[in-house]
Amino acid sequence: MSEQWLIKDISVCGDPVVDVHIVDGQFVSVGRDLEASGARVLDAAGLIALPGLVDLHTHLREPGREDAETVETGTRAAALGGFTAVHAMANTEPVADTAGVVEQVWRLGQQAGYCDVRPVGAVTVGLGGKQLAELGAMADSAAAVRVFSDDGSCVADPLLMRRALEYVKAFDGVIAQHAQEPRLTEGAQLNEGEVASTLGLTGWPAAAEEAIIARDCLLAAHVGSALHVCHVSTAGSVEIIRWAKSKGWQVTAEVTPHHLLLTDDLAQGYDPVFKVNPPLRTPTDIAALRAGLADGTIDCVSTDHAPHPVEAKETEWAVAANGMTGLETALRVVQLAMVDTGLLDWAGVAMRMSVRPAAIGRVPGHGAPIAPGSPANLTLYDPAAPPEAVDPATHASKSGNNPFAGMALPGRVQATFLRGVPTVLDGKVTR
Amino acid sequence: MKRHLISAADLSRDDAVLILDTAAELASVAGRPIRKLPTLRGLTVVNLFYEDSTRTRTSFEAAAKRLSADVINFSARGSSVAKGESFKDTALTLEAMGADAVVVRHSASGAAHRLAGWVTGSVINAGDGTHEHPTQALLDAFTIRQRLGAGGGGAGNGASGLDQCGGGLDGVRVTIVGDVLHSRVARSNVLLLSTLGADVTLVAPPTLIPYAVERWPCRVSYDIDTELRKSDVVMMLRVQQERMNAAYFPSIREYRRRYGLDAGRMALLPEHAIIMHPGPMNRGVEIAAEVADSPRSTIVAQVSNGVIVRMAVLYLLLGGAGEAA
Repeated sequence: MSEQWLIKDISVCGDPVVDVHIVDGQFVSVGRDLEASGARVLDAAGLIALPGLVDLHTHLREPGREDAETVETGTRAAALGGFTAVHAMANTEPVADTAGVVEQVWRLGQQAGYCDVRPVGAVTVGLGGKQLAELGAMADSAAAVRVFSDDGSCVADPLLMRRALEYVKAFDGVIAQHAQEPRLTEGAQLNEGEVASTLGLTGWPAAAEEAIIARDCLLAAHVGSALHVCHVSTAGSVEIIRWAKSKGWQVTAEVTPHHLLLTDDLAQGYDPVFKVNPPLRTPTDIAALRAGLADGTIDCVSTDHAPHPVEAKETEWAVAANGMTGLETALRVVQLAMVDTGLLDWAGVAMRMSVRPAAIGRVPGHGAPIAPGSPANLTLYDPAAPPEAVDPATHASKSGNNPFAGMALPGRVQATFLRGVPTVLDGKVTR
Repeated sequence: MKRHLISAADLSRDDAVLILDTAAELASVAGRPIRKLPTLRGLTVVNLFYEDSTRTRTSFEAAAKRLSADVINFSARGSSVAKGESFKDTALTLEAMGADAVVVRHSASGAAHRLAGWVTGSVINAGDGTHEHPTQALLDAFTIRQRLGAGGGGAGNGASGLDQCGGGLDGVRVTIVGDVLHSRVARSNVLLLSTLGADVTLVAPPTLIPYAVERWPCRVSYDIDTELRKSDVVMMLRVQQERMNAAYFPSIREYRRRYGLDAGRMALLPEHAIIMHPGPMNRGVEIAAEVADSPRSTIVAQVSNGVIVRMAVLYLLLGGAGEAA
C-alpha cells in the first residue's frame, strides 16, 4: 500500500511555512512549493506541525478496569490529543508484572492501531513493594519494556529501589518513580497547606515527595543508573532535580498538565474531580514547575491520564479515586500554561512532548525531527483556534473525570499521523 | 442567610446574631408548660447519621419535634448504607421522600457539601469528618453570651455585660485547648467566634495544631498556664487515646500533665471565667472530674442550649423567618 500525503503551508515547530511530503510512512521531503502527483493534499495554513507526541505516563486500565478505559478507547483519546505513542502504566488488574501481561497490552495496542502502546512494567510483584518483578523477562518480551514503574505506589524500600535501579542497567531500562513517602502520607487527601487545614482534609506534605526524590537521585548517582521522576508537583522537587542534573546524574523528570495549571483551592467544593495523586499544589509550585519545564530541569510533560468511572468520583472526597483524564486536553493546556505565557516556543513544546519523552522511554521511531528519512509521526495543531470550553462528553475517553471541564482552553489538534497514516483528520478520528 | 448551614464561614455576623437572638426568644418558650410550636408543621426533617452520635441526633430530633416538624431518623446501620449504597443514592432517596431539611453527620470531611449538591432541601452539617460542626459552635456562642452576659458572672473584665440580645462576643477571650488538628468543633468555633468579635487562642502540642494555622483568625500558644490567666472562656477538646499511637504525643500521662485542665489549673482562671466542653468528655484525660462538675462548667447548659440553638437554625433555614416565633 502506497499512501502519500502532501501537507501544504505548515509551520514546523513555529518555523516559516513549508510543505511536507510523506510517502509510505516516511517524510521524503520538506521544503517550499513541493508538488507530488497522486498525493492527498492537506492545506495546513495556520497550523503548527510537531513530531507526534509521546506520553510517558498513561493509564489505559486494560486489563481489568475496562469500565473506566480500554486500550482502544484510551489510544483513540491519545490520537485525538495528538499523541502517536503512549506508555501504559502497570497498575492494571492483573498488574503488568509479567511478560504475559505486558505482551497482552502491547498486542491490544497494535490491534487498536491509533498509536503505539509501550507497556510499562511493574518494578515489584503486584506493585507490592516487596519483591522485584521479572524485569528482564518483560524487557525481552515482544513488548520490549524499557520503563518500569510501580506508579500509584512508591518503591519506598530504599534497598529495593537501589537494586531495581542497578538491575535495569543490563537492558538500558529506567525506573520511573512515583515519589511519595508512604508514612508521611498516610490517609493524605490534599496538599498540606492552608486549604487542606481549613477543609479538614489530611495533608499530603511536599516534603513527602521531595524526600524520596532526593534519596533516589543519590541512589541513581551511586549505582550509575537512570531515574525518571513521575509527576513532579512541588517547587522543592524542581530544586532537587536541578541540583541532581547539575551533577551530571542520569535523572529525568516529568510534570503533568494539571500540575501546570490547577491549584489546591479547587478542592474547596469537595468535588473529587480535583482529587489526584500527587495532589494539586499552590501557585508558588506552579510557577516553579513552569520555570523548571522552561529551562529543561523538567524534561517533559506527561499526562498521567487516569480515567475513572462516574461512581468512583460521585462520592465523598475521602473515598473517591485519585486521578484525572488528560490525553485530549494536554497540548491545549500546555499552550495556555507555557506558550501563551511566553515560557516556551513550539520547538520547546516539541522537545518536551515528543523528543525528550521518546528518548526517556527508549521509543524507537518517535521524537525524530520532521525531516526526510524520519518516520512520519506528526501532530498538526491549530494554536489560533478560538478558546472553547472543555466538554468531557465529547471526549473519546470512556471516562469523564477531566478537571478542565467547562474551562475555555485555546487551540485544537487538527490531525495526527502515525507512520504516515492519519489517525485523526479535521479533529476527528479517521475510523 | 444562605439556604444551607455547612460551615460557620457561611454565617455573617448579622446571620449569627440573628440565630442567637432567635434562640434566646425560643428559650423563653422552653419554660412554658406546652413547649411545642406549630412553626414547621407539615415539613420533614431527615437526620442522616453515618456516625453514631446519640447526643447530636437526639438534640436535632428534639429541636425539630418542638417545632412540629416530621422527623425521619436515617442511620447508616439501620439502612441500606450498610449494604453498600452510595452516598449519592442515599441522597437521591431522601430527595424522593421529600426531605425539606437534611441534618447530616458523616465521617468524611465535605460530606455535607457534597450532599447539598444532590438534594433540593436545606442541608445542615451536624459534623463532617475533621471539617466543621457549625451548630456546635453556635450553641457554644449562645452559651458564652448567656453565661458572660449581664448578671451571668462577668467580673469587671472586657467580657462582662454582654448583651443578651443583638450583641456579639466582642472582646471575649476564648482559649480552645486540645486536638485542634482533628477537631471539627475547633474549626467551626474559630470561624464563628471570631466573626462574633471574640479573641480566640488555640492551645495544643504543636503536633495537634493544623499546618498553616497562622492564616486562621486566631492566635496559637503552646503554654496553657499563661493563656488560662487571661481567658474568659476555656474550651476543652476531647483527646482520643489512639492519637498517642500515631506519635502526636508520647503518652496520655504526659498530655494530661502539659495540657489537661485539673483543679490546680482551674485556679489560674479569672474568677468569672467559664469552662466548656463539647462532649463526650474523657474525664481524667483532658479534663479532671472536679473541673467538669464545678459550678464554672457549662457542660450541661451546652446540651440544653443545643436544642434551642438547633430550633433557631431549623426555623430560620426552613423559611419560618416571616412568622413570629
